[in-house]
Amino acid sequence: MIQYINYLSLLIIPLFILFTIWYGTFKKIRVYDSFIAGAKEGPGIVLKIFPYLLAIFVAIKGFQASGAFEAVRNVFHSSFASLDIPLEVFSMSIIKPLSGSASTALFTDIVKTAGPDSIATKMTAVIMGSAETTFFVLAVYLGAVSIKKTRYLLPVCLVADFVGIVVAVAVVRWIF
Amino acid sequence: MNVIWLVLLSISIVFAIVTGNLEPFTKSIFEGAKSAVEISLFLLGVVSVWMGITRILEDSGLIYRIAHLFRPVMSRLFRNIPGDHPSITAITLNVLANLFGLGNAATPLGIKAMQELDSLNEEKGTVTYEMMIFIVINTASIQLIPFSVIGILAGYGAANPAAIVLPVLIATVISAMAALLILFTFRKILK
Repeated sequence: MIQYINYLSLLIIPLFILFTIWYGTFKKIRVYDSFIAGAKEGPGIVLKIFPYLLAIFVAIKGFQASGAFEAVRNVFHSSFASLDIPLEVFSMSIIKPLSGSASTALFTDIVKTAGPDSIATKMTAVIMGSAETTFFVLAVYLGAVSIKKTRYLLPVCLVADFVGIVVAVAVVRWIF
Repeated sequence: MNVIWLVLLSISIVFAIVTGNLEPFTKSIFEGAKSAVEISLFLLGVVSVWMGITRILEDSGLIYRIAHLFRPVMSRLFRNIPGDHPSITAITLNVLANLFGLGNAATPLGIKAMQELDSLNEEKGTVTYEMMIFIVINTASIQLIPFSVIGILAGYGAANPAAIVLPVLIATVISAMAALLILFTFRKILK
């Protein structure tokens, strides 16, 4: 079943591109020229996003390297222990919204140290699958259209992330 | 974002001074810059490819057909977007790409969706409610099969790596609905 869906998801982009270019040709569009005209917009968009990405990456890397991240984690560790939730879940909940590559590295480490069938692995796996790198998404999407006033978007995203982690823990407890 | 950035950097610098982590901190600033450049270069490629492909969709008129097709579903969430607006297609394609775990396609299509949504924005530079719905759906990341997670689990010899699929699906659907609910609540309170 999984392999079948995996194959399907591999098939989806090539088929979509094939359909798009043939539909365009059928509608008497010079698809090559259209593609070039569209692709021309790419560099401008990325240039617009770049300063937003830069600001977020510098702040996040600095936060991790300064020891502040460790300190915050240690403060919250004790309260997690009292709730009988594996400490790994907490580390993952902080890392996941900040960085995709760092959370993958952390997850691999958890699987290695806690064991592939441990409850810590299962909880962090669900967080990995159901949460997003919120700050990256915000930087890229808001940067693309030069949004400076975010109104109440940030608190909504942070509360939603928190709820997402609570849900992930609860679902794993319920199923396994 | 202004406050977050200010607080994050200030805390980091004070901590770096107190704990004597000044050298790694300074190094990390430039490492952060390097990551931003690397990711931007990667984005430059995928975004340009998808901008090219969506331009074919626009020129051939397919984008309006897809928008029309998904209008009934999307109109419930995005009430203020008119009829066959191209933003519906961009949003739909982004959601589908996320659903199938196609991250490389999802981000560029999401950028496209934001641009289309911005064309309806009367107050440029300020996020609209529709954009917020879109971003909240995205950060909740509804995904059918988390392939990378299953891959890692299988790599380290988990008894049944695919067993994670169902809990992920349940968690992701509940948290997506919760995220929308939180957004609605914030809007109600702050209005």
